[in-house]
Amino acid sequence: MRITCPHCGERDRREFTYQGDALALNRPAPDAGEGAWDDYLHNRENPAGDTRDLWYHDPCGAWIAVDRNTVTHAITGSTLVTKLTS
Amino acid sequence: MRIADKGHIDRSRPVTFCFDGQSYQGFAGDTLASALLANGVNLIGRSFKYHRPRGVLTAGSEEPNALVTVGDDPNLRATTLEIYNGLDARSQNAWPSLKRDVMAVNDLISPFLGAGFYYKTFMWPKAFWETVYEPIIRRAAGLGALTGKANADDYEKAFAFCDVLVIGAGPAGLMAALTAAQAGADVILADENPTTGGRLLSEDEVIDGQPASDWAAEVTAKLTAMKNVRIMTRTTVTGAYDQGTYGALERVGQHMPPRADTPRECFWRIAAKHSILCAGALERPIAFPNNDRPGIMMASAVRSYLNRYGVAPGQSVAVFGNNDDAHRTARDLEAAGVNVTAVIDTRSNVDYDGNARSYSAGRIVATTGRHALESITIEHAGGTRTIRTDCLAMSGGWNPTVHLTCHMNGRPQWSENISSFVPTPDAVPGMVVAGACNGSFTTTACLTEGASVASALLGAEPAQVPDGDDTPYDITPFWAVEGKGRKWLDFQNDVHVKDIKLAAQENFRSVEHMKRYTTQGMATDQGKSSNVAALAILADATGRGIPETGTTTFRPPYVPVSIAAMGAGAQGHGFAPKRLTTSHAASVARNAPMIEAGLWYRPSYFPQPNEATWLDSCNREVAMVRNAVGVCDVTTLGKIDVQGPDAAAFLDFAYANTFSTLKVGKVRYGLMLREDGHVMDDGTTARLSETQFVMTTTTAAAGNVMKHLEFVRQALRPDLDVQVISVTEQWAQFAVAGPKSRDLLNTLLETPIDNETLPYMGCAEAVIGGIAGRIFRISFSGEHAYEVAVPARYGASLFNILNAQAEAMGGGPYGMEALNVLRIEKGFITHAEIHGRTTAFDIGMDRMIIRKKDCIGQTAAARPGLIDESREQLVGLMSVDPAEKLSGGGHIFEDGAEAISANDQGYVTSVCWSPSLNGHIGLGFLTGGRARHGEVVKMVDHVRGVTTRCTVCDPVMFDSEGGRLRG
Amino acid sequence: MGYSGFKVIKEGLFGQKGWKPVWRDPEPKAEYDVVIIGGGGHGLSTAYYLAKEHGITNVAVLEKGYLGGGNVGRNTTIVRANYMLPGNSEFYSHSLKLWEGMEQDLNYNTMMSQRGVMMLCHSDGQRDYFARRGNAMINQGDDAELLDVAGVRREAPFLDFDNIRFPIYGGLMHRRGGTARHDAVAWGYARGADQRGVDLIQNCEVTGIDIAGGKVTGVQTTRGAIRAKKVAIVTAGRSGQVAAMAGMRLPIESHVLQAFVSEGLKPIMPGVISFGMGHFYISQSDKGGLVFGGDLDFYSSYAARGNLPMKEHVMEAAMTLMPMIGKAKVLRSWGGIMDMTPDGSPIIDKTDTEGLFIDCGWCYGGFKAVPGSGFSFAHLMATGNHHAPAARYRLDRFRTGRGLMDEEGTGSQHNLH
Repeated sequence: MRITCPHCGERDRREFTYQGDALALNRPAPDAGEGAWDDYLHNRENPAGDTRDLWYHDPCGAWIAVDRNTVTHAITGSTLVTKLTS
Repeated sequence: MRIADKGHIDRSRPVTFCFDGQSYQGFAGDTLASALLANGVNLIGRSFKYHRPRGVLTAGSEEPNALVTVGDDPNLRATTLEIYNGLDARSQNAWPSLKRDVMAVNDLISPFLGAGFYYKTFMWPKAFWETVYEPIIRRAAGLGALTGKANADDYEKAFAFCDVLVIGAGPAGLMAALTAAQAGADVILADENPTTGGRLLSEDEVIDGQPASDWAAEVTAKLTAMKNVRIMTRTTVTGAYDQGTYGALERVGQHMPPRADTPRECFWRIAAKHSILCAGALERPIAFPNNDRPGIMMASAVRSYLNRYGVAPGQSVAVFGNNDDAHRTARDLEAAGVNVTAVIDTRSNVDYDGNARSYSAGRIVATTGRHALESITIEHAGGTRTIRTDCLAMSGGWNPTVHLTCHMNGRPQWSENISSFVPTPDAVPGMVVAGACNGSFTTTACLTEGASVASALLGAEPAQVPDGDDTPYDITPFWAVEGKGRKWLDFQNDVHVKDIKLAAQENFRSVEHMKRYTTQGMATDQGKSSNVAALAILADATGRGIPETGTTTFRPPYVPVSIAAMGAGAQGHGFAPKRLTTSHAASVARNAPMIEAGLWYRPSYFPQPNEATWLDSCNREVAMVRNAVGVCDVTTLGKIDVQGPDAAAFLDFAYANTFSTLKVGKVRYGLMLREDGHVMDDGTTARLSETQFVMTTTTAAAGNVMKHLEFVRQALRPDLDVQVISVTEQWAQFAVAGPKSRDLLNTLLETPIDNETLPYMGCAEAVIGGIAGRIFRISFSGEHAYEVAVPARYGASLFNILNAQAEAMGGGPYGMEALNVLRIEKGFITHAEIHGRTTAFDIGMDRMIIRKKDCIGQTAAARPGLIDESREQLVGLMSVDPAEKLSGGGHIFEDGAEAISANDQGYVTSVCWSPSLNGHIGLGFLTGGRARHGEVVKMVDHVRGVTTRCTVCDPVMFDSEGGRLRG
Repeated sequence: MGYSGFKVIKEGLFGQKGWKPVWRDPEPKAEYDVVIIGGGGHGLSTAYYLAKEHGITNVAVLEKGYLGGGNVGRNTTIVRANYMLPGNSEFYSHSLKLWEGMEQDLNYNTMMSQRGVMMLCHSDGQRDYFARRGNAMINQGDDAELLDVAGVRREAPFLDFDNIRFPIYGGLMHRRGGTARHDAVAWGYARGADQRGVDLIQNCEVTGIDIAGGKVTGVQTTRGAIRAKKVAIVTAGRSGQVAAMAGMRLPIESHVLQAFVSEGLKPIMPGVISFGMGHFYISQSDKGGLVFGGDLDFYSSYAARGNLPMKEHVMEAAMTLMPMIGKAKVLRSWGGIMDMTPDGSPIIDKTDTEGLFIDCGWCYGGFKAVPGSGFSFAHLMATGNHHAPAARYRLDRFRTGRGLMDEEGTGSQHNLH
């Protein structure tokens, strides 16, 4: 499995650490309520198909949102999370 | 029997080898199988279940029968094992000898050992399974054996990269590689044989007017001369993985006597932009009664032994097939002067055009011969006839080698044309298929497709396609001869036609059920030659077509791969990197036992000559810190530099407590939560300037905290102008602890310190022994203490200087054991306490979560379950009788309660003998513990046989006012 | 028909002609009291215990593929009750007791073999942690022994005790743990359920869950609509997709866990061994294959296959721990789809829809839970009350934070246990 770091190019999967669904980027406000926090921390769409998840490129420290298919493992895009959040 | 003038073996280089203690001679270029056949040795192994005598079935890596052990290496296939001088191979699964194997009794009782019989019996009496039945079954298990001794050979792993990986160097692969190489692509051409050429080495045919094997050698020479081509022979591509990654096993030194400079095997990870699968096809047997006798082999294998190795596998050979290709074997044998006794074709009205007698619409209904084939009985239109023959070449047709195309869940498709499965296009992204493994069986088709597929892939000119054999392949499917007798499908696992029918009869109709119930296809060959026929039998038995019956899944690896190869480099200490502190050598020189702390090594204690046990040393070191001064390397703690205008705001968000109020030159303890509200880590963070902090983490969590901070910075708080970087390895850091710590430091500091210039929880830049460094007045021992940090290159030197000074003051270095005692006495927590399930509430720090600001974990930490009063809370524990020990992992019960789950109230996390308090003490978690100080409870450690009554107390058991810290 | 050694001999004498189908292939009826979605280990054992313990036999098990084709057919066959935390402790303890009588109960040889499960520790801290776990096991009434290095050596002399990156400090031995023949467990429960009247319907995929007025009324399938008073979702590996049919979003991420088997070898390894520092565990099957595995591949996946980095990591762990294994050859590798919950522990609960129940989130623990899960889930569906040993497996524990069971201490958020 090979993943593209927008900084470093295509690298072996061993250089990356996985962190789950990209909804982790959308942190609720402290007062968003129990349901919002339950959804943020626990409940998942968990799609069998296209998903966007977060990976950390250990050597360069970049957090990356990777567009990926959970059935085929095809990777169709990778974006620095800073491009999505700032 | 060797045939003169045939084969590609080197007759000028005789090779002497051993099989089962008997010495034989072969030639360079022989496999063990070809050399044994040349010596008239037919019996090579025993089958798994019935211990049937077995010979050679194939001439390749799909071999199910002829498995041998060489040295400590079991289950090697004689058909791919190259001989060398001194090779000593032994047969397997037979006792006392291959010829007389007592377990062959299983064959006599085989009527009772049908598919899945063991699911229906061995249940009574209940106790007999583990004591009687299973031990007997286990003793009979397996083929080869491990020695139980550590691997002593070298194995390697490597990475390779290319534009095009061509898998298989037969006619299709050679043309594909040539086309790709001429287009300028970086090409890797991998083939599991020692030489390129594939089937061309085994066939007597002509390409461009020259022997096909010469043509292959010529193309290979051309490829070898090109800089952008790498030819990897003896290399089997074993698996296809995501994004064009392939696993491949190279047999680097397996074909020669062990040499110190040569690994046996190398496992390659090949990243390829494209791949072209040219893996050819495998011939499949026909099921007929007793079709497993030594001497019965694949028709194509007979041609391989004849044409490639110059061996006739028998004095007289009969041929049995359902396709034109089988006739080729008879023709080649006759041309080489071998007596062909019969050509039996299952098809009607198909006659063999050579000398041998031809039987059309023929069947083999019986065979004889215990250790070698003696006769076959043919049933044909003209009646039944038994002929003597010591070799039978059979061909049920060819199966394209689709395996790699299935490794990413692709399912092959049934092709009526060739009565077999062909790959589904695009089953592996980036992979195209050419030649026989695509169902194109003539040499011309292979040559043409190899070139055209590579050309289409790269948009390049195809290499010029030479003239080759174009004889069409005609087949009428034929799977099994009707009638009585055991007709083998899976030779190694002893699965025969009746087993498949029994599975269907018992309603194991799904192909997966059939496989799992009968073990069909689960032997070392993974059903390479037998699966398709078994499917066909199942389809027939269940009244379905083969396509709707479906296939089982081919999974990697394509051939079995040594664990030593895939795990190369890890044996011994190679499993994980070692991180050493700058004081490592000095600690070792002081005889300190070095223990693992994550990837780091840290000194356990520093023994003195008069000390008998570690505890003596530990007690001395504790007393030394409490009374004088001790030195301890704390470099392994994570150090993260946090800089930027918003550094303080960033820390306020990352930590539960506040850092923006921290003054420059001050240090504060920080508690870090996970977003789920549990404690992630703790440590101290110093403010070096308005815009710079240096954070310490625990040793264990350093990497995770760094990753987490980057997540917070990049994903959650991109609004903050801040950067973080790990400086753990840039700074060597030492704790200097004890009442004389300041005196010691002042001998080294350019500017001496006192309680005003560096009060408790203060920090400063300092010149230490002439080196610019940092000094933090923090303590993990409860004593007046400092941590001094210098650039790592000065660490070793500083450690020695600090120790020399300390020793002059009655102190010295201390290790992990003493460090642990010192912190337990003070109730300081480590990951023994913050073990991932602990909340701030549990450790009495919930008030550190500042509610005025948002921070990681704050919301989730407020969930009712995380602040419930009944949760287990951190307490100190002291044994009531100072002679009685506490033990880590003991559970806590009310005094007098039975030690069972229902009464369980907590557990002990850290224990020690406290020389300062003169008693056994510990830290632990106790239900509602903070309200129970003073209560006597019972600690029970069943697994160590310890029960100790102890008193619950505040976790801070020594110097609870903290006067020593500020002294 | 009953199975016995006598019957095996008799059928051997008469050409095996008398063996009957091990289960029927009924057409689905229009209505059942209970429809169980998922014919894996847990679904089949649920059906079995509904019939056996509660006399509820008007039950259909709907399986989209073949019976036992999910994780019950692709695991490392380990059975153990060596959990530490309340909730898991009593559940797995109960499940192990069911394993111990399984062959006689099912009249099917599932080859449950209590050859022991030994976990190795590699530091003083880990040993204390194992002691805590072992004490919890004994408190629960199960067995545990803390072994010193000599004790480990007696059990497994082939481990590397002298030249290893993470030295062996000792081990926690659980002698009642062991392995079982995984397929046989599915088949035994299927046969037992079928014999009690349960309809096992293969190649029948559920495409919708019918709900009216907050109550479940039945399911839509590729073989037509089926009405049901109660519906059970037991589809680990696909829990999210099936629950979505009822409008639920689950605290589950699906991950791939790989496993490996070597070629058949003469017996060399007695029980199950797990390597605390390397996420590696291994046993040897009765057929001789070394069956072993490691950690998740660590990316969400439904592909039931994995990649090289974890494969190599597993082999590397094998080589450092037991270098005698080097010449063994990996024959086959595969992947199972794991329902990973935030705290690494499962869910057996009612849902907000009346009559709809769910059993999911088994993480890596599903195989050994097969009997216990079916027993407790059947109890919940039949009585409406949680079965005591599984009473903590609530869906709402994440929302409230009450009763989290994070055995590995990596978090009660999706941290991949």
